[in-house]
Amino acid sequence: MQAAADTADPVQALTQSGYKWGFATEIETELAPKGLNTDIIRLISARKSEPAWLLEWRLKAYAAWLTMAEPHWAMLAYPPIDYQDLHYYAAPKRKPGPQSLDEVDPELLRTYDKLGIPLRERAILAGVTPEEGTRQVAVDAVFDSVSVATTFRETLAKAGVIFCPISEAVREHPELVQRYLGSVVPTGDNYFAALNSAVFTDGSFVFVPKGVRCPMELSTYFRINARNTGQFERTLIIAEDGAQVSYLEGCTAPQRDENQLHAAVVELVALNDAQIKYSTVQNWYPGDAEGRGGIYNFVTKRGACRGARSRISWTQVETGSAITWKYPSCILQGEDSVGEFYSVALTNHRQQADTGTKMIHIGPRTRSTIVSKGISAGQSNNTYRGLVRIQPKASGARSHTQCDSLLIGDACGAHTVPYIESRNASAKVEHEATTSKIDEDQLFYCRQRGLSQEDAVGLIVNGFCKDVLKELPMEFAVEAQKLLAVSLEGSVG
Amino acid sequence: MSAALAETAHSFLARYEGLREHLPGDGAARQAAAAAFAAIGLPGPRDEAWKYTSLRPLAEIAFHAPLAALADPHAPSALMPALDMPRLVLVDGRMQPDLSVLPDGVRVSGFAAAPEFGALPGAGRDAMAALNTMLAEDGARIEIPEGVDAGVLAVISLASEAAHHPVDFHPRHAIRLGAGARLTLLELARGHGVYLHNPLTELHVGAGATLVAVRLLEESHRSFHLSGTYAEIADGGSYELFLLHLGAGLARSEIDVTLAGRGARFDLRAAQAIGEARHGDITTVVRHAAPHCASRQSVRTVLDGRARGVFQGRIEVARGAQKTDGYQMSQALLLSPDAEMDTKPQLEIYADDVKCSHGATIGELDADQLFYLQSRGVPQAQARGMLVHAFLAETVAALPHAGARELAEAAIEAWLGARSA
Repeated sequence: MQAAADTADPVQALTQSGYKWGFATEIETELAPKGLNTDIIRLISARKSEPAWLLEWRLKAYAAWLTMAEPHWAMLAYPPIDYQDLHYYAAPKRKPGPQSLDEVDPELLRTYDKLGIPLRERAILAGVTPEEGTRQVAVDAVFDSVSVATTFRETLAKAGVIFCPISEAVREHPELVQRYLGSVVPTGDNYFAALNSAVFTDGSFVFVPKGVRCPMELSTYFRINARNTGQFERTLIIAEDGAQVSYLEGCTAPQRDENQLHAAVVELVALNDAQIKYSTVQNWYPGDAEGRGGIYNFVTKRGACRGARSRISWTQVETGSAITWKYPSCILQGEDSVGEFYSVALTNHRQQADTGTKMIHIGPRTRSTIVSKGISAGQSNNTYRGLVRIQPKASGARSHTQCDSLLIGDACGAHTVPYIESRNASAKVEHEATTSKIDEDQLFYCRQRGLSQEDAVGLIVNGFCKDVLKELPMEFAVEAQKLLAVSLEGSVG
Repeated sequence: MSAALAETAHSFLARYEGLREHLPGDGAARQAAAAAFAAIGLPGPRDEAWKYTSLRPLAEIAFHAPLAALADPHAPSALMPALDMPRLVLVDGRMQPDLSVLPDGVRVSGFAAAPEFGALPGAGRDAMAALNTMLAEDGARIEIPEGVDAGVLAVISLASEAAHHPVDFHPRHAIRLGAGARLTLLELARGHGVYLHNPLTELHVGAGATLVAVRLLEESHRSFHLSGTYAEIADGGSYELFLLHLGAGLARSEIDVTLAGRGARFDLRAAQAIGEARHGDITTVVRHAAPHCASRQSVRTVLDGRARGVFQGRIEVARGAQKTDGYQMSQALLLSPDAEMDTKPQLEIYADDVKCSHGATIGELDADQLFYLQSRGVPQAQARGMLVHAFLAETVAALPHAGARELAEAAIEAWLGARSA
C-alpha cells in the first residue's frame, strides 16, 4: 500500500516518542504499609481526622467487600489483582495547610505545568475582573490522594457554591456529606464500589444550592503518581432545586511498568429542575505496545435524577488505561427527568475497554439519549455494554441509543452488548448499532487532496466522534480531538 | 440453581440412570452429556443466556416418560393439519410410520433405528442440549443426496396427552443436505395438555445447497417448548428459516448457526405472538467463521396480556471472516400495559472489513396509523387488529411455498381471532 509507505517513518517517530505524559514526580511521599485490613482503614480515617460515623461507614463497606467476589462478566482479561499488594494511602508530605499557591511544593506545580493545567495562570489573573462573557475554570487538583490546591474558592463561595476536597467537606459540612454520601452508590453496590467506600482517600465535593447557576466550570485533574498505590477517588455532586453545574474531569498519569489500580466512585444528585453536566477526558497510561503496564480503571459513576425535570448528562472521552470498566448511569426517578450519555472510547495496542451506561427509567415521561462511539485499533478490544430499563410506572418514557463501532486493522475486536428491557407499553425504546471500518472512499478522497494518511484517519475519526465531541465543554473539546489523534498513532497504514 | 430446579434436574438424571441400558446409540456420548447436565443443572436467572427466561414453572411439574406405545395410534389425528405432501409424524417424540407418508429420493430413518450423535459446535455447552443427548430416544433423520431437489417435506410433532399426566420427550433430529441439494421443510409442533417438548435438531447444509424451513409452533398453552437447532452451512449454502411462535406456555427456540464456508448465507424471519401470562424467547447465535458470508435476521414480537417476550441475538465474526455482512432487527409491539419485552442484541467482531448492524425497537401501536384507519371509518378494535396482522404477516409474506404460507397465515389469523374473542 503506497499510503502506508509514505507515512511509515513519521508514524514510527511519533509512536517511539512514547507516552507524552509519562514522567514521575520526585517528591517525598508518605505511604501506608501495603495491604488492606481494618487497621489500614482506621489509619486512613485517623489521618483524615474523620468523625466516627464515617469510620463506621468505611468498616461496614469493608465487611461487605469481604463477602463479595470480583466481577468477571465484562469482556476483559487481566491477571488476578492482589489487593494485599497495594498501598491504600499515599500523601505528599507537606507543611500543614498551604494557604496559597506559593506554599505549594514547586515540584508539584511543575508537574501540573507539564500537564498544562492553568493553575498558575489563574492565580496571576487573580484580582483582575474577567471580561464579560469569558469563562473561568476552577481547578481542584488531586495529586495522588490529597487535594493540593483549590482555586476560585472565594468566587464560588460568594455564589453559595461549595467546591472543596471531600475530606474537607466531611469536616466543614458533615450534615450534607452524611445525607448524600452513598445515597446513589451504596457501600455494598458492587465489588469495586465497596472497596472504594472502605478506603477512599480523597476526591471532590460540590454543592450547588437552590436556584444557583454555578458561575464557572468546575474541574479536577486526577494524577496517579506514587508507585504501587491504588487511587480511590470519591466524588459527590449535589445540585439542589433549579441549580446548574458543569463539572470537568481530566486524567493523565505518569508512565509505570506495574499495573496500577484505580477504583473511583462518582455520585451525582439532581433535585427538581437541577442540571448536572459531568465531562471526562481520561488519558491514563494505557501500557506499552506489548500490553505491559497501564492503569486498571474500575469506576462506578452514577447519577440520580431525583427531582422532576432534572437532567444529568455524562460525556466521556476514554483513550487511556489498560483496562477500563466503567458504566456512568442515570436513575431517572423524577417525572420528565432526562439522562444523557455521550461516549467516545478509543483502544489501541493491547488496551481493553468494557464501557457503556445504564438508564433506569422509573418516573413518567423520562427520557434518555445514548450516543456511543467505539474505536478499536491494534490488538485491542472495545466493548459497549449498556442497559435501558423501562419500569412499569415510566409511562410515556422515551429512549434512543446510537452505538457505532469503528475497526482499524484486522487484529482488534469491537463488541456490542446492549440490554433493553421494557415493562411499559406506552414507552418507546429504540436502539441501533453499526460496526464498520474506515471507508476506503473517504480515505482516498482525503489523500487525494493532499492529507497524509495519519491526518486523513484523524479527520475521519474526529468526524465519526463529532456527535460526542460537540457535547464537551470548549476547554476539553480541543484537547480531546488532539488526544484521539495521538492515541491512534502507529495504528494506520 | 434453586432447590426446585435442582430437584427437577435430579429427577431427569434419575430417569437416565434407570433407562441407560435401554437407550439406543453411543453410551459414552450419553454418559458425557449426563455428566455435563449434572454439573450445569437446569439454567437459572444467574446464567447469562437464561437471564430473561426462567425455568421455575418447569420445576413445579412432575414429568414422566411418555407411554412406550400408543393404545390408539390414530387418536392424535385430530391434531393433524390437512396437508397434501410427504410427511414424517412423531407422537410424543416417537416416529409413527403408520401416520407418515415417505417421500421419494430422500433417505429417511428414525433416530432409534440409526442412533448417531453429531458433533456440531455449541451443542455441548447448553444444558437443554445435554438433557436431550442424555434422554433422546427417537427423532427424524433426513438425508438429501447430492444434487437432488427433494421438494417439500413436513415433519409433524404431536403431543397426545395419552398418558394423562405430564410427559417430557427429547427427540433428536438430523437433517443433512448434500452438495447442491434442495429441500423445503415444514416443521409443525402441536399438542394437548401439559408436556415438555425438548427437540434438538442438527443441520448440515452442503456446498451450494438450499434449505428453506418453515417452523410453526402451535403447542398447547400449558406446554413447554425448549428447542435447540444447531446448523452448519458450507460454501455457498443457504439456510432460510421462517419461525412462528404462536403457542406454548413457555417457548424458547435457540438457533445456533455456523456459516462455515465462504459465501454461506443464513436468513431468519421470525414472529412471536404471545398473550395471557405466557412466555416466548427466541435466542440466536450466528457465527461468521468464513469470509464473504451474509446473515439477515428479523424478529417481530407482539405481546398481549401479561406476556413476556425475549429476543437475544448474537452475531460473532471470527478473525479473518472478512467481507461479512451481518444484519439483525428486533421489533416489539406491546399491546397491554402489563406485557414485558426484553431484548439483547449482541455483536462480537474480530475482523475489520465487515458491515454489521443491529436495531431494536419496543413500543405500542403507532397512534398516527390508528388515527388514519379510524378517520376512514374503521372501528378502533378492528383497526388495531389490522395493524397487528400487518406487523406479523410481513414475516411470512416472503414464504416461497404457497401451502406453507397459507398454513402460517391461518395460524396468525387464529391467534388474532382468539385474542379478540
